[in-house]
Formats: sequence, structure tokens, C-alpha cells
Amino acid sequence: MRRNDGIKIAGISCYTLFLVVSFVYGFNPGKEIGHNFFSFSRDMLKVLPCAFILIGLFEVWVKRETVEKHFGQEAGIRGYIWAVLLAGTTVGGLYVAFPLAYSLHGKGARLNVIFTYIGASAICRIPMAIFEVSFMGIKFTAIRLLVSLPLVIITSILLGDYLVKRNYRVTEGR
Amino acid sequence: MYYLFIATGLAVLISLGADSEKTLKAFKIALKRFVTILPAFFGMLILVSIVLFLIPDRVISQYLGSSNMFTGVLFASFLGSITLMPGFIAFPLCGILLKKGVLYMVLSAFTTTLMMVGVLTYPIEKAYFGTKVTIMRNIMSLFIALIVAVMTGIFFGEIF
Repeated sequence: MRRNDGIKIAGISCYTLFLVVSFVYGFNPGKEIGHNFFSFSRDMLKVLPCAFILIGLFEVWVKRETVEKHFGQEAGIRGYIWAVLLAGTTVGGLYVAFPLAYSLHGKGARLNVIFTYIGASAICRIPMAIFEVSFMGIKFTAIRLLVSLPLVIITSILLGDYLVKRNYRVTEGR
Repeated sequence: MYYLFIATGLAVLISLGADSEKTLKAFKIALKRFVTILPAFFGMLILVSIVLFLIPDRVISQYLGSSNMFTGVLFASFLGSITLMPGFIAFPLCGILLKKGVLYMVLSAFTTTLMMVGVLTYPIEKAYFGTKVTIMRNIMSLFIALIVAVMTGIFFGEIF
């Protein structure tokens, strides 16, 4: 682990140094990479603080029993429906879905359901789907959703069941 | 985007009204979680900045437009998997490509892998769920995207 951290720190230092040198000496590829970095950081900083504050509020206010009831073992098929509905309102993309899925799982949501949530938040966020329809037409979006959503649910069940059998624990996360 | 700010603001106000101590605790949790995952986000941003430089929109348009059906879908799913683009950039781009005559199934492979397969979000996904699960989920997502592309091709009469 220590060695890994060392490599990471070295990588980040090289990257930063490269950007600084590029800006000082006007090296265009480096400047472009720097611009990419900052414009993506800015987009993400608009979403992430809100997402993490909501996760914090979720952690203190929502009872474990409530999550278990709707997203846990006993929820059955309703768990998947809730997961898809929650995904529909998720903002951002996968990078917001991961921490939220992690929180849900920590409060008793089963693996199958959180994988459905992650997959669904990639493909059927409502604001994005509306935007998509306006550029690609309703038929395109409808086919995409109707084909991918069942597949996402099926693969989540397969993946979840497989991991439960192998006694997988979400411990590497924080 | 604004409804997220409004919703968060309202949630914080309601929480403060109900119990200020709990709200403070929520903020502490939020900050701790955010700081812990920050290195992974940093890693993702570094990857994104480099990949977007190597593969600009221009290159994507070129590869999606200038090949036959099957190589088109393969290129599209490859490019969709290794890049990251918000929807408000990706869909207008696809709209333009559609008008240029790029097949629906190629665009479907591109947008679906763009959304579901995250090579660049790997550092974050790995931090939460571990390497093995991350790889498995992404491979499954790639297959889902290919099936979606084929079905799109069938329904738009581009195959058969």
C-alpha cells in the first residue's frame, strides 16, 4: 500500500510539474491538457458538494430499517423499481452514483439493487433522456431504454448473487 | 443543474430546523467522505484531461463517420468506453453526426458505452467496490451496449 501511495504521489507531482512548465513556456499540448483538467474540475465541483451534503443528510436522517425495507432482501422486486426511480433523479453520472450506492449499501441495500441503481443512473437519468430525445428522436431513446434496462437488471442480479456466494464485502471503499 | 442547488439548500434548511446537531454531523460526514475520495477524483481528472487531449471531438467524428457498419460500431464502443463527456456535449455532437449520415446503431454504441462503461472513472469505482467488481461490471456493461447497438440497428432497418 505504501509503495502504491508513493507511485501516486510521484505521478501527481510529475503531472503538476508538466502543467506548470507548459504554462510557463507556452507548450500548447500541455496548456490544452491543463484547460481540460480545469474545465472538468469546475463541472464536477458544481455537483459534488451538493451530492456529498445530501449523502451526509441521508446518513444521519434515514433509518437503516427504511432502507432495508425498500432496497433490502425483503423488498423483492420493489427494490429494483425503487433503484431505477432513484437513478432517474440522480444528477451528474457514474461518479455521483458510486458514493451514493456505497451509502445505500452501508444502510442495508442489497448488492443486486445497488448494481441496478448504478447501471440505471448511467442510462436513464430523466433530464439527460429528455435532452437525448430532442437530438436523437424518441424512437432512438425508447429502444435504448427498453433494451438496456432489463439487461442492466438481469446482469445486476447475476453479479450480486455471484458476489454474495463468494462472500464479497464492500470493504475497500471508505 | 439549479434544481440540485435548490433541493440541497431546502434539505439543509429543513434539517437545520429539525435538529441542528444532526445537521452538523451530516456536514462532518459529507466532508470526511469527500476528502477520502478526493485522491480518486484527482486521478480521474488527470486521466480525463489527457485522454480528451489525445482524442478530441474532431477525431471521434472522423472515426464514427468514415467506416462501415461493423468497424463503426467497434470504433464507437471503444471511443465511448475510454472517453468521458457530459450529455450536453455528447448528444448535440451525435445529432450533428446523425445529419451527416452516421448510422443510428453506431451512435447508439457510442452513447451507451459513454454512459455505462467507465474506463476513466475506474479510480473512483475501484476505491468503492474493488478492482474485481469494477472490471466485471464494466465488461458486462460493454456487452449490454453492444446488444443495444444491434437492436437499434435492427429497429432502424440498418441491419437486414
